[in-house]
Amino acid sequence: MSDSSDKPNLSDRVAMPARTRVAVGGAREVTEAMFSSVDRAKKIRGTIIAGVLLLGLSVALIAVTAMVVWAFIAGWSRLSINLFTNVPSVVNPDNAGYRTAILGTLYIIGGVIVLIVPLGVGAAIYLEQFANPANRFNRFIDLNIQNLAGVPSIVFGILGLAFIVRGPLDLGFVAAAGSLTLALLVLPTVILASREALRAVPSSIRDGSLALGATVWQAVSRQVLPAALPGILTGVILAVSRAIGEAAPLLLVGAVTFVTFNPSFFEGGYSTLPTMIYSYASRPQESLQTLAAAGVVVMLVLLIMINSVAIYLRNRFERTW
Amino acid sequence: MTRTRGAAIAATTIAGALLLAACGGSSSSDSSSASSDLTGSILIDGSSTVGPATEIAAELFMAQNPGVAVTVAVSGTSGGFEKFCLGETDGNDASRLIKEEEIIKCDEAGITYDNITVANDALTVLVNAAAPVECLTVAQLNAIWGDGSTISTWGEIPDLDVPADFASTPLALYGPGTDSGTFDFFTEAINGEEGSIRIDYTSIGEDDNAAVTAVTGDVGAMGYVPFSFYQEAGDAVKGIAVDGGNGCAEPTAENVQDGSYSPLGRALYVYASGTALQKPETVAFFDFYINNSAQIAEIGGYIGLTPAQVTEQLAKVASLAGQ
Repeated sequence: MSDSSDKPNLSDRVAMPARTRVAVGGAREVTEAMFSSVDRAKKIRGTIIAGVLLLGLSVALIAVTAMVVWAFIAGWSRLSINLFTNVPSVVNPDNAGYRTAILGTLYIIGGVIVLIVPLGVGAAIYLEQFANPANRFNRFIDLNIQNLAGVPSIVFGILGLAFIVRGPLDLGFVAAAGSLTLALLVLPTVILASREALRAVPSSIRDGSLALGATVWQAVSRQVLPAALPGILTGVILAVSRAIGEAAPLLLVGAVTFVTFNPSFFEGGYSTLPTMIYSYASRPQESLQTLAAAGVVVMLVLLIMINSVAIYLRNRFERTW
Repeated sequence: MTRTRGAAIAATTIAGALLLAACGGSSSSDSSSASSDLTGSILIDGSSTVGPATEIAAELFMAQNPGVAVTVAVSGTSGGFEKFCLGETDGNDASRLIKEEEIIKCDEAGITYDNITVANDALTVLVNAAAPVECLTVAQLNAIWGDGSTISTWGEIPDLDVPADFASTPLALYGPGTDSGTFDFFTEAINGEEGSIRIDYTSIGEDDNAAVTAVTGDVGAMGYVPFSFYQEAGDAVKGIAVDGGNGCAEPTAENVQDGSYSPLGRALYVYASGTALQKPETVAFFDFYINNSAQIAEIGGYIGLTPAQVTEQLAKVASLAGQ
């Protein structure tokens, strides 16, 4: 902290969790730096660091842009409404579409959202607002969730095959099994993001609510949760984006690469866009590879459509403190 | 028992009708009345090499039998057998024969099965079109690809006459990853033992197109791919003739069908389960698949069955269905 300021630090006046204190401290430091004269060496160092960070960002952006541009160029000849309405065809790939796969993906992702939002947010609220962090059991759960977020997706596929498709749940190779498997896969992401969002809500909000006589649940549900909603929705967006692109675990729990009838949630074969794209991209026929590229565009459209709902909600609830 | 017999009779009738339709040379829409009253669903899983052929068969079959829903998945030959031997699928695409441990699993679950050959394939050794090499013996291929091989230029290949200016060209090797059935078959046929191969080649994983791309761009490169990838590869690459002891045989449909493209010619299978073949729609599907192998091979870049193979495979289906 700079000594030049005459006002006392906010973090000294208000009780706040360590994380917030760091954030507040950082904000103060940056603002002060803008208005005070800094020596040359510090300035150069700052520029270098900013440059490195910008380079990192541009690498990521270039990769994404390259992929999208490639998909549009390679799949351009097939981009039409047929792609959305026609059923798959290997015999006549120039007229093939992704209808069954799009429906399959929507079923699966719909199921994932229905499962992960209540489960993920519920778990995050419990761990963040009710659970005692000093409790060994809670710390064990905490550690497990963080580790689960790093488990390769194929492992969840094997889990889904053993416990959801067969075993205790015995659902068979149906879309519901795919939904459950992917929900398990992305649940840690939602829990971690939701916890972070809940933690970022200034504790003064919660404390104030409690001081006015609200119960803990009232304080959480009416004050903390709405305030954390934008962050939670960001977590859901990330989770859904990951789930929609998964092919490997779905291949294990029964997603097929060729189905010409519309899927249903609890019976019959289903397909998803990533499994179809994965399959077509490695075929020898050029027309199928073009179809795969066009499929990437279809998937992007679908992803943007699903996420735009969440983005709209997030912007609606976003406010500054 | 009578039910089974009835099914068998029905199956034979349908097979006969299809055979007649196929022999009559009529267009596919004409024969649709033959079996269009079939209903049900068929699930085939397994190899990603055979999967595309099964997809084509399914699509053509469903055009004639709209009441039957055929779905095709590709979880690999091994992954597919695991489901097949639990009775979860009606058939399993396989680019190799069933293994001992898989036989045990199927037997334990009481699944009867047989391997139905649905297409032929030629594993094709690809080189750049500009490479002055036309034929390699199995011994030479083994010297190149074998475990412990240190050959790094074309000139080092034993007993191979290459122009002096080409002899020093580095030999760049591209092969599929170890999970691939193509890898299993090639290592067994060339190196004598499944999985035995030199370790310093470039693995292209599951994407055979990568081998085509690599060979297209490098005059010293060599790779091996299924026949369909060679067919679609264009003029910048050529398939090497292989001498398995009876002279050089080029990778062509004729040489595979008459057996002279040895040892890299192979059969592609769909394992059919006896239980599934109690359903008339499954029998009809397999008969259709076998009878239309020429058309399916044409579309998918495979090599069709010989007339002898067709008769033999139809008999296999009939006997499995009738047991």
